[in-house]
Amino acid sequence: MNRIENSSRRSFLRQAFGAGAFVLGARILPTPAFAALETATFSPNVFVGIKSDGTVLIVAHRSEMGTSSRTMVPLILADEMEADWKRVKIEQAIGDEKYGDQNTDGSHSVRDFWSVMQECGASARQMLEQAAANQWKVPVSECKATLHQVVHTTSSKKLGFGELAAAAAKLPVPDKSKLVFKKKAEYRYIGKDIPVYDLADITHGKAVFGMDAKVDGMVYASIEHPPVFGGKVMSFDDKEALQVKGVSRTVEIPAFKPPHGFQPLGGVAVIADNTWAAFQSRKKLKITWDPGPNASYTSSEYKKQLQATARKPGTVVRNVGDVDKGFAGAAKTMEAEYYVPHLAHAPMEPMVTVADFRDGKCTLWAPTQNPQAVQDTVAAAVGIDKKNVICNVTLLGGGFGRKSKPDYCAEAAILSKQLGKPVKVVWTREDDIHFDYYHAVAALYMKAGVDQKGKPVAWLQRSVFPSIFSTFAPGVKAGSAAELGMGFTDTPYDIPNHRVENGEAVNHVRIGWLRSVANIYHAFAVCSFADELANAAGRDSKDYLLELIGPPRLVDLKAQGVDYPNMGPIEKYPVDAGRLRKVIELVAEKSGWGKRKLPKGHALGIAAHRSFLSYIATVVEVAVSPDGKISIPRVDTAVDAGMIVSPDRVRSQFEGAAVFGASLALMGEITATAGKIDQSNFNNYPVLRMSEAPLETHVYIVETDQPPAGVGEPGVPPFAPALCNAIFKATGKRIRELPIKGQKLV
Amino acid sequence: MITLKINGAQRQFDGDPDMPLLWYLRDVAGLTGSKFGCGIGQCGACTVHQDGVAIRSCVTPVRTAVGKEITTIEGLSGSGDHPLQKAWAALNVPQCGYCQVGQIMQAASLLKTKPKPTDKDIDDGMSGNICRCGTYQRIRAAIHMAAKEKA
Ligand code: FES
Ligand code: FES
Repeated sequence: MNRIENSSRRSFLRQAFGAGAFVLGARILPTPAFAALETATFSPNVFVGIKSDGTVLIVAHRSEMGTSSRTMVPLILADEMEADWKRVKIEQAIGDEKYGDQNTDGSHSVRDFWSVMQECGASARQMLEQAAANQWKVPVSECKATLHQVVHTTSSKKLGFGELAAAAAKLPVPDKSKLVFKKKAEYRYIGKDIPVYDLADITHGKAVFGMDAKVDGMVYASIEHPPVFGGKVMSFDDKEALQVKGVSRTVEIPAFKPPHGFQPLGGVAVIADNTWAAFQSRKKLKITWDPGPNASYTSSEYKKQLQATARKPGTVVRNVGDVDKGFAGAAKTMEAEYYVPHLAHAPMEPMVTVADFRDGKCTLWAPTQNPQAVQDTVAAAVGIDKKNVICNVTLLGGGFGRKSKPDYCAEAAILSKQLGKPVKVVWTREDDIHFDYYHAVAALYMKAGVDQKGKPVAWLQRSVFPSIFSTFAPGVKAGSAAELGMGFTDTPYDIPNHRVENGEAVNHVRIGWLRSVANIYHAFAVCSFADELANAAGRDSKDYLLELIGPPRLVDLKAQGVDYPNMGPIEKYPVDAGRLRKVIELVAEKSGWGKRKLPKGHALGIAAHRSFLSYIATVVEVAVSPDGKISIPRVDTAVDAGMIVSPDRVRSQFEGAAVFGASLALMGEITATAGKIDQSNFNNYPVLRMSEAPLETHVYIVETDQPPAGVGEPGVPPFAPALCNAIFKATGKRIRELPIKGQKLV
Repeated sequence: MITLKINGAQRQFDGDPDMPLLWYLRDVAGLTGSKFGCGIGQCGACTVHQDGVAIRSCVTPVRTAVGKEITTIEGLSGSGDHPLQKAWAALNVPQCGYCQVGQIMQAASLLKTKPKPTDKDIDDGMSGNICRCGTYQRIRAAIHMAAKEKA
C-alpha cells in the first residue's frame, strides 16, 4: 500500500524547494519487510517538487554506484508526471528512515520503487491538471499535462507547471483509486536510452565522489588496522611517525566487541594535513599486536576442511523423491567437486569518508550504499542518537556490496569526535584488499545418477561455505536460507529424486555480500555439472539443459520442503521454468549456437541462471591458444528482467557483469596465511583489464510486461560456468576450481 | 619552494617535494578530477599529462614535474568538448564514473601518437587503466569514434 500526501506546507520542504513550491510526498509501505514503518509517524518518502520557475525537483533516495539508480528511479516519476527531463533537477537524499529502505543492494531499486514513483508522478500530473481546470473554469477532462505544461484541449490555452505550482499545492491529493496511469505507448523516457544524470560531470572531472568531499578545516587520517581479523593493539610507538612533516598526532581506535557487524576494526590512526603525509607516517608506526583468535587461518588448510565437509552428508534443505533409491537404480553415477575462493570487491574508489562531529551531532559525506546503516553504526560508535547523524551521500566510485558496510564511516566519526574537527579517513588500496568483507569461499559436491540415455534420475548437491551471518551473530556455522536460496535450493531442474544439503563452516575473516553473492559459487557448480552430464551423455549442451529444466511450469519449492525467501513475493515472482527456457532459446538463436563457424581453438559454452528474480542465459566464446592462453572474443547474453526503464543501462550492466564474471573466473582469488590476507593491491589481486576483457558483449532483452526484476547483479553468476563449459569444449579440460589462472589447459 | 605549471597556470608549493603529484593536485591545489585508485601505478585512475604524455601522477613526485607542463582533466579542453568527451557522452560510457577521467586522459594521450588506432593499439595503450565496472567495450568504441571525428 502506498500513501501520498501533499507536503507543500511542511516547513523543511519549503526550505528546500522555496516558498510557493508544490511538493508531493509519498510514504511507502511496500512489502512485509518494512512492516515496522506502519507504526512510524507519518513522513513523506519520495518527493517531487515544482518551483515557481518551473524547475521540477526529484529526490533520489537510492545511491549511485554505477547502476544508474539515481537517474532511473526519478525518471519513472518524471515520465508519469509529463515533466520535461531537461527541466528536472535531482536532489540526493540524506540517510533517513522516513524514506523507507535506502540500502542500494540486492538489485531492487527499480523493482521496489517503480509503482511508488508512478503513483507520485500520476498524482502530481492530475493535481496540475486540476489546478489548470480550476483556473480556466473548464472540466478537468479537457485539461491534459503535456511536457511540462497543461494544455486546454479544446482551445489553445496553456499553463506551465511552474505557473500552476502554487495553485496545485493547495489541492488535496487524489485518492489512489482515482489515479490514471500513462499507457506504455505514451512513455516519453521509459524504454528509451536516456543518458545518466551525472554524465557530463563525470567526463569533465567535476562529479563529486566520496574521495572528493571536502569540508573547511578538515584533517586527513590513515589507519593501521590489526593485520588479523579480531586482533588488538597491545602497544605502539609513534615517535618516528610524528616526525613526518604535516603529521599532528596519532589516535588509537579501540578494537570491536564481537559480533563484528559494521564496527570499525580498531587500530592506530595517523592525523595529518594531507593524505600523503598520513600514508607516509603510518608506515613508521611501530605497533605490537595481539593477533587474536584467527591467527591460525590459512586458506590451504581451510580448503581441505571445507572439502572434507562437502563429502559428508549435511543438513537437508530441499528434498524431492528418494535420492538414494534413485542412485541405486541408475545406469551410471557421476560425481564432481567444485571450489571457489574468497573474492574481494575492490571497487575503483577505496573506502573514504568525511565526518564532522560538533555539538553532539555528526555530519558525514560518504560514498555509501546504505546511509541508514551509516546512521546506526555511527550513532553506536560515538554514542549519540541516530537522529543526530546526518549522512550525505556522495557518488560512489563503485560499490558491489562493499559500500553497504559502513565500518569506514564510523572510523571517521570516532576520529572527528576525538579531535574536535572534521576528519577525512582515506583507505589505501592495500587497506581495501586486506580488510574487505570477503565473498565467501565455498566447496561444493555434486552427484548424479543417470539413465541409459544420460538423463538424471537422481541428483545430490552439497554446498559448504562460511555464512555472511557469521559476521553479524556469534556461533553461526550453517548457511542461511537466503544464501542457499541463491542458486542452490531454487534450481528449476526437473529431476524425480533431488536432494540439496548444506554443511557447516566457521568464519575467520569478515564475510560479506559481493555482486550476486552466493549465486556465484552455486551457479558455477550447478551449471558446470549440468554441462558435464551433457558431455558425458554425448549430447548438445543447450538441448540437454532445456531437457534438464523440463517443460515450462512454475516450480513449487515450498512443496519440496524449501525455506525459500525469494527476493520478492513468490506469487508475484514465481520460479518460472518457462522464462528460463525462453532466454536459453533466445541466446542460442542470437549467438548462432550450433551453427556459428568458429576458428580452431575457439568454442562456445552456455549457462543459464535465475537470480534477483531475473532470468539470464549466457553464451561465451572462448579462444585457447596452442600455449594455453585464454581470450574471450564474444559474449552473448539474453536477459529477462521484467519491465525495464532504460535498455541502454540494462545493456551496460550486463556488459559490466561479463567483465566482472570473467575477472573472478580467470584471476579472482583472496587467500590468507596465518590469519593475514596474502594479496594487497592490483599487482597481486588482479582484476580484468581491457586486453583480457571480452571483445564484444551482445545483450538481448526480452520484451515483457512481467514486473521489474534485478539488473545489476544477475549477469554475473552464469558467466564463469559458461566460460568453463566453453573451455571444456575447446580443450577437453574441465575446470572445477576457480580461478582458472595457473591451471594448465593444454 | 618549487614552481609547477598546471593547466597553464604557475603555482608555488613549499611542501614535501617527494609528495606525489596526485596528492598535490587533490589535497593542495584542489583539483580533484584526477582520482586515487591504487597508489602504485597499477590502475590509471590518476592519469594526467606531462608535456602532453600520459603519466601516473600517484607515482610521480612533484619535484620531477618542475619545468614541465602538467595537464589535468580540468584543463584538457577549454570548453570541455574534447572529441573524447563528446564520444564518451554519445556512447554513454561511464557506469560509476570513477575511472573515467583517467581513461579519457590516457586515451587523449594515445590519440596524439596514434590518431587512427587499431583495436590492438587501444589494448596496448589502455590496458594500464582499470575499469572495475567493466566499461571496456564502450571505451574502445568511444576512442574509435573520437578518432574518426578528429580525422
Ligand atoms: S592511482 Fe595511480 S595508477 Fe592507480
Ligand atoms: S566506470 Fe566504474 S570503474 Fe570505470
